[in-house]
Amino acid sequence: MTAVFLGIPTAPPGVGHLRGDRSFPDAARQALRDGQLRANLGHATSTIRAKRAAVVSELPDWAQLREAGRAIKAATMARLDEHLIALEEQVTARGGTVHWARDANEANTIVTRLVQATGADEVVKVKSMATQEIGLNEALEAAGITAHETDLAELIVQLGEDKPSHILVPAIHKNRAEIREIFLRTMPGVDASLTDDPRQLAMAARAHLRERFLRARVAISGANFAVAETGTLAVVESEGNGRMCLTLPDTLITVMGIEKVVPTWRDLEVYLQLLPRSSTGERMNPYTSLWAGITPGDGPQDFHLVLLDNGRTAVLADEVGREALHCIRCSACLNVCPVYERTGGHAYGSVYPGPIGAVLSPQLTGVEDNASLPFASSLCGACYDVCPVAIDIPSILVHLRAEHVEAQERTTAEAVAFRGLAKVMSNPRLWRLAQRAAGLGRFLARGKPTLPNALPPPASTWTRTRDLPTPPRETFTQAWAREHGS
Amino acid sequence: MNAREEVLGRIRTALGENRTAVPDVARDYRLTDGRDPGDPALLDVFVDRLEDYRASVLRCGPGEVAATVTRALDSGLGTGWSPGAVVVAPGLPAHWRPEGVAPDDGRPAVELAGSAASVTGVATAVAETGTLVLDGSPLSGRRALSLLPDCLVCVVEAAQVVGSVPEGLAVLDPVAPLTMISGPSATSDIELQRVEGVHGPRTLVVVLVQVLPAS
Repeated sequence: MTAVFLGIPTAPPGVGHLRGDRSFPDAARQALRDGQLRANLGHATSTIRAKRAAVVSELPDWAQLREAGRAIKAATMARLDEHLIALEEQVTARGGTVHWARDANEANTIVTRLVQATGADEVVKVKSMATQEIGLNEALEAAGITAHETDLAELIVQLGEDKPSHILVPAIHKNRAEIREIFLRTMPGVDASLTDDPRQLAMAARAHLRERFLRARVAISGANFAVAETGTLAVVESEGNGRMCLTLPDTLITVMGIEKVVPTWRDLEVYLQLLPRSSTGERMNPYTSLWAGITPGDGPQDFHLVLLDNGRTAVLADEVGREALHCIRCSACLNVCPVYERTGGHAYGSVYPGPIGAVLSPQLTGVEDNASLPFASSLCGACYDVCPVAIDIPSILVHLRAEHVEAQERTTAEAVAFRGLAKVMSNPRLWRLAQRAAGLGRFLARGKPTLPNALPPPASTWTRTRDLPTPPRETFTQAWAREHGS
Repeated sequence: MNAREEVLGRIRTALGENRTAVPDVARDYRLTDGRDPGDPALLDVFVDRLEDYRASVLRCGPGEVAATVTRALDSGLGTGWSPGAVVVAPGLPAHWRPEGVAPDDGRPAVELAGSAASVTGVATAVAETGTLVLDGSPLSGRRALSLLPDCLVCVVEAAQVVGSVPEGLAVLDPVAPLTMISGPSATSDIELQRVEGVHGPRTLVVVLVQVLPAS
């Protein structure tokens, strides 16, 4: 049963960053020609893969934690409405205000209105996927409100007028020399003798943002987790920019996808072990902030929680695809993906790149709006192996491919080819004839191990990106008959 | 229909009339480390993990806390620091305080940011991850106190150190403003290489109070 059939709306077009302007293969072809990008990605992903593997192997109960992480999410989704109502009740009881947003436009309107009510014309932001997804910064800008990103990588992306390319490290596609140039070009008053030493670059960001933190009156954050039974929100970070935003301003607005709720406080004991080891490859990230509503005399005295749908309920309606909602945004699947490692995140066209993006973005927007993404994978399964909540990404990819094929109104050349192949493969006589015919391919190969990559259309759409091995001199069946008699 | 009713309605539609049973969650991962809080071997793990993430650790006996905090401040600020530049959590026991340092009086953030160092206690600590947890109580201080000064000294009593994350969370109040701290602030945003010291304190010194074996 598809979401469309049930009448549950997907994320609306024209707002936010879930849809690219090109198909994945077109965008990827360009990315693959960028040697610097490939070098940067190769370096960064291999570093993080090694760190993750080392800290995961330290825990003798990783498999049990992973299974618990999966089961808690499955249990949460099974009663998502009840947990959200409980969360709302708890946050409200502790002095917070809960808002519900059907989609990106509604969330942007709510947040803009809340900021305007404070009279502030600038806000500081903690890195948040949800606010990137809905294009909140653009909406605020249209209302004359400046949003300052405070996470180092987000700052690099914002100053460079670039787009994020990784869930955890949005500037992963830039190396230290490129970052230094962005800082020299865009940071007012930056020391001209700044080198490309990461420590110096981090210090430049500290100096740049310090005063902004101290004068900010409104902060906007996302949330990694929200505990239904207690109303506790959690933000997991490293730099301390999150703590600055969550602690110093008078008003805090948190935008959270509805799937981030977990039922009980105890559930955090699982995710606070799974997440840091899977994302930055640390035993624990430097800072985790947890708060419930407001605390008199400590931190923001005005707290708003915006619960965002924006296509999530449409994902929930798909019994196979809903597992994508279990994602805790660690980005381990990006770091192991052979496709992501070569194309980088921009090619996916969505704020959610990599394997998880290839299953999440098409479901949030409706498959036909991101139809090339489910095919942006070799189905090798490395993403499934590292996923800390065991999302079976390859199976969802296959499921979405089928959905795309079924959505085609006109018969495609591929469909005709496979229908023909099905006929041939279900008839022994036709199959033997076809094998004999395939042997003719040896003439095209002219002694090389693969066939030339320029078969005529429509076969060229297949052979352009795949090496077709030269057919063997004889088939296995022929060889068997020759050696053993038929 | 308002947004709340509509989103809840969509969820109910998505889950269908006949909901599946809620799957069981097996909690067969390690709930405890197996060692009691403050176990000497556990403290060794704790110190190892703290140092691995570039925090420094000073161990001392119960009678030497104030002197050791002074040494911690010496290491973070250099000797000759002014007591006026150090702010301590309001509930820090008097006999833990170096002479002349003042408790936090709730001063504005801008003033707090001008202080060189702060000293706090903790609510609990997790050995396996080298994590300190502050809970906004008078002993831990408000959140800004452990955030704005560039050097943070945390006093941890041996009995507060538990083995695993589940043990740590079990003793915390879920509705208190909690901050979990594992090492000084850090970033991996440039080429995924970890660099210590960004917006939070760049120096973290832990004073671990335990009954030391007679030497």
